[in-house]
Amino acid sequence: MAFQTIIPSESGYYGEYGGMFIPEILRTTFDELIVAFNEAKADPEFWQGFVDVMRNYSCRPTPITPLDNFANSLDGNFKVFCKREDLNHTGAHKANNVIGQGLLVQRMGKKRVIAETGAGQHGVATATMAARMGLECTIYMGSVDVERQRPNVFWMEQLGAEVVSVTDGTATLKDAINAAMRDWAESMETTHYVLGTTCGPHPFPEMVAWFQSIIGKEARQQMLDSTGKLPDLIYACVGGGSNASGIFLPFLDDESVELVGVEAGGRGVDTGSHAARFYGGNVGIAQGYKTYFFQDEEGQMLHTHSIAAGLDYIGVSPILSHLHDEKRIRFTATADDAVISATKHLIRTEGIIPALESSHAFASVIEEASHIPEGSQVLINLSGRGDKDIFNIAEAIGDKKWEEFLRQKASSNQ
Amino acid sequence: MQLTEYLRKRLETRKILLMTHAVVGYPSLEDNWAMLEAMGEADVDVVELQMPFSEPTADGPLFVKANQEALRNGTKLQDYFKLMQRASESFEFPVLMMGYCNTAFTMGFQVFCENVSRHGGKGFIIPDLPFEECGQLFDHSLEFGLDPIMLCTPTNKEERLRKICSHGRGFIYCVARKGVTGESTVLEQSTEDFLLQCRQFTDLPLALGFGLSKPEELHMLQGKAEIAIVGTALLKTWENDGESAFKRHLNSLADARA
Repeated sequence: MAFQTIIPSESGYYGEYGGMFIPEILRTTFDELIVAFNEAKADPEFWQGFVDVMRNYSCRPTPITPLDNFANSLDGNFKVFCKREDLNHTGAHKANNVIGQGLLVQRMGKKRVIAETGAGQHGVATATMAARMGLECTIYMGSVDVERQRPNVFWMEQLGAEVVSVTDGTATLKDAINAAMRDWAESMETTHYVLGTTCGPHPFPEMVAWFQSIIGKEARQQMLDSTGKLPDLIYACVGGGSNASGIFLPFLDDESVELVGVEAGGRGVDTGSHAARFYGGNVGIAQGYKTYFFQDEEGQMLHTHSIAAGLDYIGVSPILSHLHDEKRIRFTATADDAVISATKHLIRTEGIIPALESSHAFASVIEEASHIPEGSQVLINLSGRGDKDIFNIAEAIGDKKWEEFLRQKASSNQ
Repeated sequence: MQLTEYLRKRLETRKILLMTHAVVGYPSLEDNWAMLEAMGEADVDVVELQMPFSEPTADGPLFVKANQEALRNGTKLQDYFKLMQRASESFEFPVLMMGYCNTAFTMGFQVFCENVSRHGGKGFIIPDLPFEECGQLFDHSLEFGLDPIMLCTPTNKEERLRKICSHGRGFIYCVARKGVTGESTVLEQSTEDFLLQCRQFTDLPLALGFGLSKPEELHMLQGKAEIAIVGTALLKTWENDGESAFKRHLNSLADARA
């Protein structure tokens, strides 16, 4: 299998997934975006400019950190490394995509950006980029997520973005995407839609994966430089699939490297209350593209659940769906409670506070530890830091002192 | 009678035709029936019945809510097709399926066409299915005598309008402006120019939709388009002022066809 050719077909397909199921009103805008992206992609100076900005503004290249304590605490004999996307500006891999698209927006000469956000990370990253690049910015966020992620809403507004709370549907990420699409259908002349993940209509999956591939390109070289060989296994959490695509794609042709995508198992994949599309989903067409969706037998999307807002999404990257079917990536799912305990475990053993999304990948390594061959090198993508999750983690852990603090804070503000 | 032929026949006695819309299951199936009876009494020319979808990306706020509530009310495909059959048996106007691609894809394109046809539908309008993706669905629609209604928009380039028109049957649905359904549209010179542009690429009747609400607009459109589409505005009247206001609104539009 040659994966060097993970380039979509002209109509934006990866195998049978992807495509452009868009209303005609947006066609010209998409056509223009495809041209602008292809020109940028063919221009080595554009990529170099992107790398330079990421170095000066977002701490790239992010390091690879050996996690010996974490590895030694597990039921196995292997080495663990993590790619520190948590050290990016704004605290997650989201910055890679957002800065990349921002540079593209400048190239296209548009003055306003819009974006959807789930956990709020992509929204904060977009608002940050807009502030830096002098663009107007509107962020769409489901009202349920606004409640869950108030600190991020606060920062987006401080950064000058307008945050629109979306109450349609399930009032989560998918509804924020629909709302952003509707905005774009009216504003496309002046506005670019900074889609946050490797989903949606072509060329978004390809474009977001291209910017995020900076993760895997760096990681591959860093592993070779520091250990003299490639990792044997790579784990990444999978919501829409952008951090996973970013770290996986540059390793696709290294056949010895096993790639493991970890979906949100929620309350358990047999409870129906989760967001594991490769377990409970099937192929459908929505939000502009064809992929595995979490939907009922009549094609209506179902409620997803995850403790991590950033994984709580109905669809998954068409690139990953294709690689799932081709069996190049193995997918697994990890439940909320295992994620909380993995979070605590990583904090205590390594002094690293992971985002709940990223903790899924660590939880999966803990679960699979006894099956990982002796002497293996395991690379985990630490896609983001956990500061944003302080309310959710404290609540899940049931920290009494934190609860007391919240009560006091609330009453002192009255 | 084929759809185009039916429309032309009607245009012999009317200067413009009226197409109306209902979201099946909203506010309820009973209300849908009352709307359809009113449409029958007003002798509306074509009716699109929308199958609700959880991700109605091309719809504006009122229809988004309607889709959502219809699903919350438990509307299933079975209810949809039952209503379609009852309507097509009871009224003179042809009924078109309107909905999103996933409904057809999940059923399977052949089963979908078979169902629309068996329940009396004459064609379908699927706003998130561009012609590049229509291949199989088109083949089956031919097989079952259904007309795929294609959408042209003012942002499309000329070459694309040509292609869209070449794939359409029945009539061409011209979107009056940017954005989603249900916001007001001012009929400007640019709308007229756009209709003229579409006219170059097709002999099919042209329907204009997105934001129409008043009889005066139908008068203005006479001679420029063959069909006026009124959706959101009528639902708004039903919601705000009730059934009898809906009938008055509908009749005022129907009267504006002469």
